[in-house]
This record gives sequence, C-alpha cells and structure tokens, in this order.
Amino acid sequence: MRTVAIVGIGYSGFRSMTPDISYKELMYEAAAKAYDDAGVDPQRDIESFVSVAEDFNEGTSIFDEYVPDQLGAPLKPVHTIPGDGIHGLIAAHMQVLTGAMDIVMVEAHSKASNILTPTDVVNFAVEPIYNRPLGANPVFIAGMEMNRYLHCTGTSEEQCAQVVVKNRGNGFLNPSAAYGARLSLDTVLDSETISYPLKKLEISSRADGAIVMVLASGDAAETLTNVPIWIRGVGWCNETPSLETRDWEGATYARKSAEMAYRTAGIRNPWREIDFAEVDDTYAYKELQHMEALGLCRDGEAGYLVEEGATELDGDFPINPSGGSLGLGHLLDAAGLGRVLEVALQLRGESGERQLEDVASGLAFSWRGIPTTSGAAVVLSV
Amino acid sequence: MGMRKVAVVGAGMTKFMRRAQETGRELAFQATKMALDSCEMTLDDIDSVALGTAPDAFDGLHMKGEYLSDGAGAWNKPYMRCYVGGGTGVFAAIQGWYHVASGLFDTCLVVCEEKMSSCKPHPQGAFLTIFDHTTERALKPNLVWIFALEMNRYMTVHGLEKKDIARVAVKNKRNALDHPCAQLAADITVEDVLNSEVLAWPVQRLDISPTSDGAAAMVFAAEHVAKRVTDKPVWVKGVGWSLDTAYWTNRDLYYPKYVESAARMAYDMAGIKEPRKEIHVVEPYDPFDYKELHHLEGLLLCEKGEAPRLTADGVTARDGDMPVCPSGGLLGVGNPIAASGIMKLNEIFWQLRGEAGKRQVPGQPRTGLAQSWGDLMQVGCVVVLGI
Repeated sequence: MRTVAIVGIGYSGFRSMTPDISYKELMYEAAAKAYDDAGVDPQRDIESFVSVAEDFNEGTSIFDEYVPDQLGAPLKPVHTIPGDGIHGLIAAHMQVLTGAMDIVMVEAHSKASNILTPTDVVNFAVEPIYNRPLGANPVFIAGMEMNRYLHCTGTSEEQCAQVVVKNRGNGFLNPSAAYGARLSLDTVLDSETISYPLKKLEISSRADGAIVMVLASGDAAETLTNVPIWIRGVGWCNETPSLETRDWEGATYARKSAEMAYRTAGIRNPWREIDFAEVDDTYAYKELQHMEALGLCRDGEAGYLVEEGATELDGDFPINPSGGSLGLGHLLDAAGLGRVLEVALQLRGESGERQLEDVASGLAFSWRGIPTTSGAAVVLSV
Repeated sequence: MGMRKVAVVGAGMTKFMRRAQETGRELAFQATKMALDSCEMTLDDIDSVALGTAPDAFDGLHMKGEYLSDGAGAWNKPYMRCYVGGGTGVFAAIQGWYHVASGLFDTCLVVCEEKMSSCKPHPQGAFLTIFDHTTERALKPNLVWIFALEMNRYMTVHGLEKKDIARVAVKNKRNALDHPCAQLAADITVEDVLNSEVLAWPVQRLDISPTSDGAAAMVFAAEHVAKRVTDKPVWVKGVGWSLDTAYWTNRDLYYPKYVESAARMAYDMAGIKEPRKEIHVVEPYDPFDYKELHHLEGLLLCEKGEAPRLTADGVTARDGDMPVCPSGGLLGVGNPIAASGIMKLNEIFWQLRGEAGKRQVPGQPRTGLAQSWGDLMQVGCVVVLGI
C-alpha cells in the first residue's frame, strides 16, 4: 500500500467570534497558508479537494456550492464530506491511496458565531418521530450518558472537572486557543448544572476558524517537505443514531475506530507505542470515556490518570496539549481537524510554549457530538 | 503503477414515488437489502458504507447522514456521507470506488436515499436556501427559474426550438414504461409537451422530472471478492468529477465545461480515446429534457449543438446507435435526487450484464457511462463501467 503524509498545514483562528471576516475569508486564509507551507499551487498541483461542512451549521443548503472559489479550486475535482474533519482527512487519504492522485487537500471550518440558535440546530439532529417531540434540550443526552459513565466506572465528578482545569490551562499556553484560562477545581464544580451531573464549565464553548491540510503520496511528500507527517493508520465507525438501543457505557464508536486505526498502523500497545493524544473533549467526561475506549488505559482508570497528572503536558501520556475543544474552542465540523492540527504541529516541533519533548507519534480522535455515535481516529508519526 | 480493480457486484432500488408510509431510514433499508440480496451477500460481508443524500432541508434533519446510518446498514461500521448537491448520486459511487481502490476495504456498500415529500408545501422551498445569502437570496430565485435561463441560453446559441428539446421528454417517459420502479412513465407526444403549462419560459411542466421519494444501492468489491461472488462482475473503468465556480452568473451557460472536465478525467482513467465509439450505452443526468442534450455535448459524445439532431434522428433511442437513458431517466423513472444517480448506475450495471429485461439495448454493450449534475449548474460527476 502507498504511504501518505501531511505536507502542508494552514489555519485561521481560533476566536469566539469573528465579525470582521466571512467564512470564505477564513477558508481563504487557511488555504493560502497551507499551500504556501507545502509549496504548491492549487490549480497546477492539487488534484482533488475535500471540504467538510454540514448545511445547517452553514445556514445554506447544498453548501458545497460555495467551496471552490476561495480554495483556488474551480473546475477541479471538489467534493464535500458532511462529517467530521477527520472523516474529510480520511477521504483525502483514501484518494491518494488509490494511486489515482498524488496531492489532495482537505478543508474544514467553523463560523459558529453566525449561528443565532445553536441549540435549535442540534435539536434538528434529534430523531424526529420518537425523540424530538419530547421537547427536551438535547444536552440531556450528554447528562444521561455522563451519569451512566460515572456509575459504571466509579469515576468522580472531581476527576471530570480536573479535565477542564487541565485543558483550559493548556489552552492558556496556546496563542490560537479562544478559551485558555487558569481555573480552580472548585470553580468548575461550582458552575451551574446544565444537565445533571454535567456542569456549565464542563461543556466546550464554540469558536470560529478554518483549517486546511495538504496530503501527498510518499514520493511527492519527499520532494515537497523536509518534515512530512506520516499518516500511519486511520479508523472510523458509526454505532447507531437510536438513543433507545445504543451502548450508553463504553463509546463503542471510539473503541471500533481505534481498533481499525491501530490495525492499519500496526500498533499493539497504544500507551507504549504512541507518545500523546488529542482526544475529543466536547464534554469533560468524554475525554475520560474516550481514553478508555481508545485503549489508552483500562475502564475506570482514566479519571485517576488525570487526577495524578499523567495526562498533563509533563506527564507520561499528555492528552490534549492544545487545550482540546474546552481550551481551543469547539470548531463544529472542524473539531476533529483541530485535533489533527495539534498532533501535526507537535510532531513538527512547532507548538511553542506547550511543545512536548521527544514525541514521534500521536493519536487524534474526534466524535461528532450529540446525538450521534460517530467517531474517527488517525495515528500520525514523524 | 497499477490501480486496484474495483467491481460492482450487486444493485437494488425501491420504486420511486411519494412514499408517505416509509421513513427515509426504511427506504434506505429496502434498497440496501435488495442490493445485498441481488449478490447473495449479507451485512457481515460489508466492510464499509458510503452514503449519499441531498439537502438536509428536505427532511428538516441536521446531520441527515447520521440519522440514516442504521437504515443504510452502517451499524458498527466505517461510514461516511458525501455531498455534491444534485450530483451526489453518481459521486457516492465514486466514493464507494475510492473506499475499495484505496486498499483499506474489500467491500463497500453505497446507499443513496431521498425523501422529498416531507418538505411542505413543496420541496422547491428547500431550494430557496441554496442561493448566495447576499447577492441572490433576496431576489427569491428558484431552480426552475435559473434552469430556464440556462435552457434559454442553450436554445439561443444553437438556434433551437422547443420541439427539438421536447423529443427527449417523449423518448424518456416512453422508455420508462418498461421500468418497474418508474413514477412518471407515459406515452406522450411532442405536442403534449409543447401544450403543457409554462412554468418559467422556456420550461414547461412536461420538460421537468417529478419530485420523488426513493432509495437505491450498489455493492462494490475488490477483484478477488468480486470473482468469488459473481460470474458477471461489472468493472469501474474510470471516474471523474469537477466543480466550477459558485459565481454561475459569470459563466456562459450554453455549455457545461465542468461536465467536460469530469468526463476527460474519467476517460483518461478508463483509457478511452474516442468516447463516441467506445461507449455503448449512456445515462446522462436528465432532470430537465434539455439537460440530456447539454450533457451529451459536455461528455464529448457529440459536437456542441448536435445532440438535438441525434435525438430527432433516433440515434439516442433505445434501439439506436447510441442508446441514451434506456431506463427512462429522471424524466420517466423519477428524481429522488441522490437516489436517481444510483438508479442510472444500476441501469448501466443491468444493461452490461444483459439483465435489463424489456429495457435491454441491442448489441451486447460492453462499456457504459452514467453522469450526474447539480449545485448551481456547477458540478459534473462521471462513472464509466465496463465488462
């Protein structure tokens, strides 16, 4: 099988609001930086373009219409993945693997600040016949799942809150993070309960931004860059949209995504063979639940690892050095590409004050948020 | 270097009609089951699932792909949705191809579903939100209105009359009489088309395909699996897609350059030098009758402006030299947007296997092409299949 590397990275953001620029300008800035980074011309060199977007988040139906111009892609192969940024990255990856393409790009963005009624948009994703008529705020799904997770694993509310302290603290060291902060555990625990036991500060806030990556086949990558970041393994999985029949305990989608990613990467013991991870933390408890499902520790162990500092920047296995969605801001459909961005920057040694020492491989994992059970994982290495 | 060979081994589709009784998930399930049954496979044999469905606004469902996933057989599987507006159907097949051609999977189930009837009072309303929010939406344009501009431009540049175009509707609706899934099969005349209600000149009611509900599915497999599953694999010979600028008002609409660009990509991959000679049966996208003509020209299957004459001469009839839309097309079978693209590929699959029944074109075709179109008159997707 061919090898594929990330050879260009560009991003714009991330800020809680960007009233001065449009989504097209966000995308343009990220794309221009990525093309410059890779030393490619989009019309001449890039053979296929993948953009990631959901219509309702954009406020435009058939949003893929508005993609090509600001990416330099008119009259080129362009398509949209209504999924997570990592799904888009994998779509680009697969196209290079076929052998039909050598250079493919992926773009994802968030203009969350344009959405006036975000809760209503999420509610439109709730099953329309049996669930939506109940009229509940959709965050109830996260509260229920957190309760179940705490009950089954014996994880404490304090351990979940510690994730917020860590990630927003990491965000403080990241100039691109919208929500970096030094918080105390009590501040998090004393914040308002939104859906018991989920607290307000345990829910990531949204941010605006755009991320573009240029992927190339092994041969092309060697000529384009001195620091190729290799895609070692990919995996993704969808469990079920049904609230009634899904697995509420173990994040099956994460477990299966990781199984496939490790299998394709040839990894047997992720804790030993991977140096750090960027893991979905849309809600604080999700970071812990995902760590366990991704096989980074045993069930019920993640809370203790966070408490002991094992996942801090100077810990044995740093998790979300970027600040995660809690610190960076949740980037809607671009959230997963935000995780990949930090893994790639860390592996390149370009993470500034939060740079980890001696890292050679990292894992990025994303989840599409409530009410879905859809996840995607990618393993990168230098 | 050699690319991995990918075959289509199974196909299925529901009847296209207003399906008030079924949810989108149930439609997806029906088509999925039919496709799997057609090649005696089960979900256990499926490694990955690719889904196509058009605007979420039809159903009022955010992340519609997530909602449809278990209906499409994606439970606990790698599952990804693709989207290029009206071109989604044929693109979903391209996505199925790259899933298998990448080497990550040996099989991929491709499912396309559309349920337009839940959009009240009419699905056309969902299209009001596809236009540029600053420059166009305030004018309240709809699709019939902008396609009328394109049709008018095509007629003006080539000096065509309505009757030159109406023949396509007559041919396709008549072909659909033999399709068991057809919604608007009819034996009509050119006069009927010319006398039908004017919607936005020059578009009249019988120039347009109906809105519809339905689903269609295909099974893609790597060579070693395909040879085990069937004696008659149909190979993916070439794929191509192209998206033009969103500023459609700045383009000359008389010719679809993006279709040509997609076709050239597919022909290159398939090693096709003379498409007119090497492609034996064609399913171009025909949501409007003039689009079939427009697309035949974009696909380089005839000269610019020549397609109406080929239609008048019977070249594109089912028993003609180059059969076009032997299925009955969108005009006859119906247009549940994404599903209609797979309907076209299924027709090519059945034609090449000699399984199209009363619709079978003569001469044992060996190579066929399906194409879809969408967005703001902007995207072309092409798949060439062969045996």
